Parts: sequence; structure tokens; C-alpha cells
Amino acid sequence: MNMIPRKRPHLVVVGNGMAGMRTVEELLARAPDAYDITVFGAEPHPNYNRILLSSVLAGEKEVGEIIINPRSWYAENHIALHTDEPITALDPQARIVTSESGRVTPYDTLLLATGSKPLAPPIPGLNLPGVCSFRDVKDVDQMIAASQTHRRAVVIGGGLLGLEAAWGLKRRGMSVAVVHLMPTLMERQLDRTAGELLQRDLDSRGIAFFTNGQTEEIYGENRVEGVRLADGRDIPADLVVMAIGIRPEISLAKQAGLDANRGVVVGDDMRTTDPHIYAVGECAEHRGQCFGLVAPLWDMAKICADRLAGIDAPLFAAPKMSTRLKITGIDVFSAGVLAAADESEDEITFSDAAAGIYKKLVIRDDKLVGAVLYGDVADGAWYFDLMCKGANLGDLRPAMIFGAKSNDSDPLAAVAAMPDDAQVCGCNGVSKGAILGCIKAKGLTTLDEVRAHSKASASCGSCTPQVGQLLALALGTGQVAEIVPTVCKCTSHTHEEVRAAIREHGLKSMAEIRKRMGWSTPDGCAKCRPALNYYLLCAWPGDYADDSRSRFVNERVHANIQKDGTFSVVPRMWGGLTNPTELRAIADVVEKYEIPTVKVTGGQRIDLLGVKKQDLPGVWADLNRAGMVSGHAYAKGLRTVKTCVGSEWCRFGTQDSTGLGVKLEKLMWGAWTPHKVKLAVSGCPRNCAEASIKDIGVVCIEAGYEILVGGNGGIELRGTDKLATVKSEDEVLEYSGAFLQLYREQARYLDRTAHWVARVGIDYVRQRIVEDETGRKDLYRRFLFAQSFSQTDPWAERAAGTDAHEFKLMASVE
Amino acid sequence: MSMDWIEIGSLSEIPRLGARVVQAGKIPVALFRTADDQVFAMHDRCPHKQGPLSEGIVHGRQVTCPLHNWVIDLQSGEAAAPDHGAAACFAAKVENGTVWLKHP
Repeated sequence: MNMIPRKRPHLVVVGNGMAGMRTVEELLARAPDAYDITVFGAEPHPNYNRILLSSVLAGEKEVGEIIINPRSWYAENHIALHTDEPITALDPQARIVTSESGRVTPYDTLLLATGSKPLAPPIPGLNLPGVCSFRDVKDVDQMIAASQTHRRAVVIGGGLLGLEAAWGLKRRGMSVAVVHLMPTLMERQLDRTAGELLQRDLDSRGIAFFTNGQTEEIYGENRVEGVRLADGRDIPADLVVMAIGIRPEISLAKQAGLDANRGVVVGDDMRTTDPHIYAVGECAEHRGQCFGLVAPLWDMAKICADRLAGIDAPLFAAPKMSTRLKITGIDVFSAGVLAAADESEDEITFSDAAAGIYKKLVIRDDKLVGAVLYGDVADGAWYFDLMCKGANLGDLRPAMIFGAKSNDSDPLAAVAAMPDDAQVCGCNGVSKGAILGCIKAKGLTTLDEVRAHSKASASCGSCTPQVGQLLALALGTGQVAEIVPTVCKCTSHTHEEVRAAIREHGLKSMAEIRKRMGWSTPDGCAKCRPALNYYLLCAWPGDYADDSRSRFVNERVHANIQKDGTFSVVPRMWGGLTNPTELRAIADVVEKYEIPTVKVTGGQRIDLLGVKKQDLPGVWADLNRAGMVSGHAYAKGLRTVKTCVGSEWCRFGTQDSTGLGVKLEKLMWGAWTPHKVKLAVSGCPRNCAEASIKDIGVVCIEAGYEILVGGNGGIELRGTDKLATVKSEDEVLEYSGAFLQLYREQARYLDRTAHWVARVGIDYVRQRIVEDETGRKDLYRRFLFAQSFSQTDPWAERAAGTDAHEFKLMASVE
Repeated sequence: MSMDWIEIGSLSEIPRLGARVVQAGKIPVALFRTADDQVFAMHDRCPHKQGPLSEGIVHGRQVTCPLHNWVIDLQSGEAAAPDHGAAACFAAKVENGTVWLKHP
């Protein structure tokens, strides 16, 4: 026994985890010299962030990166640390603890922070090699090792922990199945719809699910070989991870005779039934409730530290809790009740299947009591704050499902309204006040700096929008840092990162991109495939072979699908000009194929609607014979060039706008672009061709031509920005071609020029096209080179037999 | 009506990650081929607004309808959550490169 007399009372902490060490940190902040402190930890590591083990498993972090308190921290604070040394006996009368190695340590005050142990159900086979839990670094090491030598993993448990384990193992290349006792995943945090959405998204990432699955047996000879379910289903496995839940570790407290039920019973001051012993964290039970999430543990740490420091401050009250799932690209938020319990509660739901977004709010007595968000969790913190405050919803209610922004034109209003102690980053326990304090104290100006210094959003990243808004609030710029979108849910990479990788690593196929950039799906989805196909086509003109299976149906069959499954056909009319031969051919083809509707379009051409798919090649052949080609009315490419009659006929016309329109259309037809592109040329500033709402508009004036860009007359009206005024038609062609090429090379797939110009700014575009003459000519040259491969009429090819299978039944059977 | 397997044609006639349509009496049946050459047969009508699923983009074991982007499971015919509905599925198999359909 250590007999050296102590001047200060001796605080012994049993448990070197997050709750225990947070309490010590809080104590040191309040009373740095109050105690001599000794810490015992059962694991060989200093205190690490257990929440981030899933990031280590997924290969996103190293173990070293999740250490919260390095050994130097213990030394600097004169804390005696004994790792790899579990405490096996506690004598509250003698006030001593004894470790596994036999070390006996007296204490004046004891802090129990022993955490939890994984739940182990009574099933055969739990001790087979290849079976582990998912609780500590040792488990993660075992899982990573297994992923390198074995192929098939089964995770038992479809809750938060199990799904993060499954995703990590999938990322490490294993084939993964999840067995879950309940019909839907994460049923304690998610309602049925959100649970099904989650299962769909994970399923599409290649994880198999066995729901309603009760594990009966884990079997194998020398190592685990599989899992058998009660209904007879059999799943082969080389690794089985048990993740069905946790149970407070209270064996020491029980042996010492402290009151304990599920956890060690503590009062509102974190004291156990022995006045010299406190308990915090997952091992503690407060008013019948145990806690497994981080937010209440931080509260316990503060309250306990107050008492240890002799501050008679607030008492512990179980806080409301929220949950997020840490799987890249899958956004889930849940807090409070999941569904209306009776008629006194209301549910408001919102669902957008195509975007994969689902939201449900539960309201009782005009107060928010529950929120389940899937796919878009940006407003999670706002809802959570409303719940915690118990605020009356009043006028907020009608639009609150659309989020904080819908109720206030100021995007920062939601974060501004949060109290300083509201937790923003759950992973690292960082409050709004701490973030703002850090920004101010260190003079931070970027999101990356805030992340590095405050640790907020440095882990799972799901609070990035709020942290960005707080930065904007602190800087007073009102500018919210832009959140760059990823290509789709198959990847965490942005469009820009993918395009850069294609160029830098010379990636020539979608499979190469997906492999190199760690796609979560084997052949992508309906969102990323068309984008990647376009990026490759744009990067390697003449070299990359277009993948028709990654084209939306309209671009695959070169016609527009209609609501009844028929198609529309729009032949090109250069600059809106036509003649008797073309009109006669159109009339003939309409009669021959009994096409029900003929309509003049807004882009000055003629639309034939209701063409049967099998008739398309015949219709095209007839139109081709009259000299007409595809109008690409279906394409993310050049659509129309609308013109007015110009100086040839109009008494106000200053230049030949019709002729210039035809030249522009001849230059640009056939080009594939990130989204559709429409042009117009007006012969005078009266602007009859409406050039100022087009992607590229030209307005002729006496002295030459004004080139306008980035306009849009669609959902959101945007007037063009003026790019330049030039003197000759040749310059119009060069500037417009260079602009189109810059858009092709830099915009995100499905960005219209209006979105792209609004984002990069017209000054940037002017600098690239107007000020940098060499750069402009290079862009124009690259455009012409790409065009040399794209100006083939797709209708003529198909009329001659290309892709014949697209237009025929495979078979007819009776 | 017989319940026998009917020989439809060669697997190579269906593009990988694509589909072809077989007219079975009055029912248009879409035959999908996945990246790993499995073939699935389904009524060529989306449960949402009867869109031709055969024209959708095939990914994994799913197809995205060309009309409103519903995602339909090729094995079960069910729409992925939060949408609800199902397209009728039929039995199909590939033997020695030949595609067979069980008459619906």
C-alpha cells in the first residue's frame, strides 16, 4: 500500500473513458489543485473517442487521430495513469481499490466511470474464433484483421452500432449481411418509413439484410462458419460481429454493495449511495434511466465536477437526446417520440422520393415533441432546439416542416436563436458558445480553421452547415459557407473532385472512377451514371465511347418520352428557318405514321407528338430524305437558336440576326453539355428573340454585337449577364464557342449556365473569355476539336440500323 | 393458357444494365439484365403512373423509372421507400445463354 502522506485529498477514477476523463477535465478547469488524481483504465490506450471507432473501422481515421487525451496531457496535469490495469475489487469501508495486478490504492473520493459492456445473448457459439463485439479498439483491430484475410461478415444487430459496423466492414471490402430482430432498422430512433429508406440506401450499397431474424446459433468447427436463424435461414460467415446493444458495467459497484439496478444508482448530484463515491457515464443510473449517448454524459461530467470542486451548483436533469448516424452520404436525424401516440398528438410529414428525403414532426399541445429526418438533416439542430425549449409553435407550425429558413428570410436566424450552451457537434461535444469563443479568441476565418481548433464538425461532419453558419454569424459577413454537393449518394466526392481525378489520373472509364474514388455501389445509380458518362465524354473527346446504358431514355433513343410512353420528334430548323420541302416531308410523315399532334414550339420549330417507339426509325428516315436532322430536343446539349428576321426584312434590324443564328447553330449542334443550352439572336435592342433569358444571347447593335450569357426563363427567371461587345460575326462565334466550352469543362452535371454563372460569378467568366485572349482561343480550339466527333446525325445512324434492338420487341408470345 | 417455360431468345440480345420488352399476350413484360448477367422479368409498367420501366436506368438490382424516378426492386417488383406499390414479377431464367420466361 502506498503510505506516502498526501497533502491533498486523493481522487481515484476507475475508468479511463470519455465520461471519466471529461469529468476530470471539467474538474481541472474549476479547481486545478484540489486533488491528487489517479486514473485506472482497463484498456491499454489513453482516453479515446469511442464514438469515432466506426470511422476507424471505415478507414476514415487512424486510432491515433481519435485520441482525446494523449499521455502528455496526464503528465502535464500530474495525473497518475495506469492503463491496461482493470480494478477488480472495491472496499468502501476501508476506501481502497485493488487492481488486477494486485496494486492497492487508497482514495478519499472515488469516481466510477466504468462504462458498458456489449450485450451477449445466450446463444451457442459466442466464443468461437471470428466472433467479436464492437466496443473498443481491440474489437476494431480484430475486425480489420479479419477483413484482410476473410470475405464474409455477418453483423447481428441493425441499430446504430450494428449499421456502422456493417458499413465499415463493407468499406473494407467484405461482403456483409445484417441480422436484425425487428422488421425495420434502428426502430428505436426511426419510424417505419425512415427505417425502410435507410435499408434501401444500404441495400443499394451492397449490404444484405435479414430482418425479423432471430439468431439461434453461431456455428463452426475451428472458426466461425455461419449463423443460423430460428426460421431456418442460414448465413455463411467468416466474421460475426455482435452489436445488439450494451449493458452498464456495474460488477465492481455490486460487489461493493452500492445500490444498483441496471446501472449504479446516482442522485441528482451524481453521488452513489456511498457519500465518497460518485458515478458518471454509461454505468450510472439516474432516476431509473441509463444513458448511452454522449450529450447526457457531458452534462453528468459538469455536474459531478461542480460537486468535486465544492461548487453547489445545478442538479442533473436528463436532457433530451438526439441521434445521428455516421455513415458517409447517409443522413439520419432523430429526436424525441417517433410517432403520434394518440389523437392529442399530430404528425406532419414530408416526402420526396426522388430526392430520397423524408421528414416527420410530432406535435403535442402546440409543442414539438419528436422529429425524424432522413436525407436532409440540415434542420435537425433547429428542431431539436425547439424541442428542448418546449417552445409554443404558433405561426411556425404551417411551414416548419420545410425548415428554419422557410420561417425566416435570414438563413442565420436559426443558429442565432440557439442558446450558447446548445450542443452543435455531438461527436466532439462542442457547444455553440465554445465555437463562437474559439472563432473570436483565435481570429478564425475559414471552416477548416474552425474545425481544426474547436473540433466542431471534425468527426462525422453532419453539423458542418451549422458550424458554417456560426462562422458567418461571428464574422458578420452574412455569407454562409457553401456546402459543396456530392455527385450522389454513392460517393462522398464532389463533382469537382471527380472531374479533377479524371484529368489527373487519366481515368478513362466509369469503372475506373468508381474503383479509384471508393464508390459504394458496384455500378452506380441513376444519378451518378449520366454525370460520369458526361464527364468522361467531355474530358476525352473522340477517345471515350459513350455508354448508352448510362443515358436517360431520351438521350438513348434520341426522342422525348411522353407520359403515355410514346415519343415526340423535333427536327432541326436552323435558326427557325424552314421551306416547302421540309414542311411537305413533315406533313407526309404525320399522315403516314398517324401522328396525333403537331405543334409549333417556343424554340421556333415543329414538334411531332405521340410517335410510337417502333415507328421512330421510319419517321427519321423520311425526315432525313428531305434533308432534316435531329433537333436534339431531348438532349443535355444544344437545343435551339431562336432568331428574329433581322436586317434582311425588318425596318429596325441592324445586322443579319437570322444568318448569324444559323451560323451559331451550325457551329454548336451536336455538342453534349452539362444541361440543355438554348440560344437566341435578336437583330436590334428591341430583342424580339428574347435573347436576354437564354444561355447565350446575342443582341445586334449598329456598332456590332452584344454577347449575353447565363440567362434562364424557366422555374427561376434569371436575366443574362453581359459578357462582351464585339465587332464581327467571327468574334461572336469565337466568344460563344469558348464560353460554351468553359461551361462544358467546369459546370456540374445538371447545372444550367444560369446556375453555373451565378456560382462562379460573371467577373470570372469575363476574365477567362474576354481578358485572357490566349485562353479564349485555346477554349475555342478545344470546342472545335470536340465538335469534330459530335456532329453526326444520330437519326440517320439509327434509321440505318444502329441500336436496332432499342426499337423492336424482343419477342411476342401468346 | 399454358404455364410452361417459353424460350425467348439469346441473353446477348438484352444489353447489360438494360432491358428488352416481350409482348406476352396483352401484357408487356420487361426483361432486365444486370451487370452480373442475371435476368429479371417484370410487368413493364411502373406502379406509380404506368411508366415503361424497360426504358429506365438499371443499377445493382434496381431500375429507376424514366417518368418520375421511382426506384423499383427487380427481384420483388416493389417500389423503394418512401414510395409504396409493386410491379408484377414473372419467373425468368438463363440456361446456356438462352433466356426463358414462364408464361405469365
